[in-house]
Amino acid sequence: MKTSNKSVNQEAKNSFSIKGYFLRHIQVCLASLGRICRSPVSSLMTIAVIAISLALPAGMHVLIKNIEYVTSGWDGAAQISLFIKKGTTEEKVVNLKNQIELMGQIDKTEYISPTSALEEFKRLSGFGQALDALDKNPLPAVIVISPGIEASSPQQLNQLVESLQDNPIVDHAQLDMQWVKRLYSIMDIINRGVMIVGALLALAVILITGNTIRLDIQNRHDEILITKLIGATNSFIRRPFLYTGILYGLLGGIIASVLIGLSIGLLSDSVSKLSSLYSSGFELKGLGVDGTFTLIAGSTALGFAGSWVAVGKHLGKIEPS
Amino acid sequence: MIRFDNTTKRYSEGHEALSSISFDLNEGEMSFLTGHSGAGKSTLLKLIACIERPTRGQVVVNGVNISKLRKSKIPYLRRNIGIIFQNHQLLFDRTVFDNIALPLVIQGLPHREIGRRVRAALDKVNLLGKEKLYPVTLSGGEQQRVGIARAVVHKPPIILADEPTGNLDPELSAEIMHLFEQFNQVGVCILIASHDIDLLNKMNKRIITLQQGKIIYDGHEMAPKSYHNHENIQ
Repeated sequence: MKTSNKSVNQEAKNSFSIKGYFLRHIQVCLASLGRICRSPVSSLMTIAVIAISLALPAGMHVLIKNIEYVTSGWDGAAQISLFIKKGTTEEKVVNLKNQIELMGQIDKTEYISPTSALEEFKRLSGFGQALDALDKNPLPAVIVISPGIEASSPQQLNQLVESLQDNPIVDHAQLDMQWVKRLYSIMDIINRGVMIVGALLALAVILITGNTIRLDIQNRHDEILITKLIGATNSFIRRPFLYTGILYGLLGGIIASVLIGLSIGLLSDSVSKLSSLYSSGFELKGLGVDGTFTLIAGSTALGFAGSWVAVGKHLGKIEPS
Repeated sequence: MIRFDNTTKRYSEGHEALSSISFDLNEGEMSFLTGHSGAGKSTLLKLIACIERPTRGQVVVNGVNISKLRKSKIPYLRRNIGIIFQNHQLLFDRTVFDNIALPLVIQGLPHREIGRRVRAALDKVNLLGKEKLYPVTLSGGEQQRVGIARAVVHKPPIILADEPTGNLDPELSAEIMHLFEQFNQVGVCILIASHDIDLLNKMNKRIITLQQGKIIYDGHEMAPKSYHNHENIQ
């Protein structure tokens, strides 16, 4: 009896050969594609729902990337003011200014001497007469630094400020970047929002594929029973459904990338008009090769996940009785 | 080939479909299983195909003990059995060729080999030239022959048939039985469940009669009178 039980095992092994295995997978994949093509309307509707669900977060992601690209130029507007200690000679201050310019990561520096600062203050504040009454100039010398684009992130700016603060003749270094911080935190919120929406819609894609595959399994209930009676293994029965899910995801991902491409094509004309009004050379950027690949691969994975869930939940229940 | 050893099958609702059945079917033996509906014929066939498992006792098919068979190994057991159903169980969205090819596709045979074997099976059941048709366009007898071709195309050592002539007229039934005899002659073990007493008696084969889950007759003579009477009362 035992030897014969082994013969069943042996048979299980014999039916497996690597070349045949891949050939069968290709056959099943093509058969699933044929099945999708045979009911074009319902298949297209499923694929369109998947495509739109994915195009929405992916499109928002592209939009944010574009905004980040535009605003990266604005970060240079952050300024650092170095207030120099009282009694420092002008020579030392100019020396420091020259040192800072040599540091790199610096766009430009400007030296404001106590005298010119006082004059400017007099002019702008309207306290001219009152200030004349002072016998000493209370204002310190100031070096205004505009960091370059390379040092535009808040961490880099903070680092720069700290290193400047360590200089013995510097009384106080102040970073004027409140609005940069605000912009970054707004972008952060939007980014997180897009991620949440993206996660929800990815779940929706899994549910959509899962439900479509579930209906497919129900429609082919008798076929599954018959093939099980003839000796089909579970993986043989599972395979076409998994491939259907993968194909839904793949086609949905391709259509989603096309949708995003079309939207960017529609917007790019008016965006370049607007940016030329600001005399900026900015142009809308699309998903790019990497982004498109990620979108399609992700979509395929989601389709696979959806069909896997449906197959795992519903196929096992169908047993001949 | 098939051995029942004190086999009992009780369903979960308490109904005992088979009680302590014992019999042997040898390699290349053709026999009939008969009895009125509810006698346990279907349950017996289901145990052989491992659609049900025995509650007590053993069922050994082609040397494999059904009660100990792992679930993942069931498909490989079923590939040794060709099953023929009363209602044909054909796939109506596929051609005759694709229906018959199914067991070979499941076993992963190469394309050319499948074509060769399917045509051989079609030839045997006299359906050559109908391979591209869909089952709906065929008559009942032809559909049954497609079902038989599908059951034998992978050359299983065992064929089970559940009322294969149930819906056919006597002439067609005789034709189908003749087909089974041909398979039997090349050494296939065949078990046919049928309540067509007249047909069984003409065949002169071993007859196993079930009544209320027990074997009440097992021999090569005519079906027992008591069973006839029972049938007539019903």
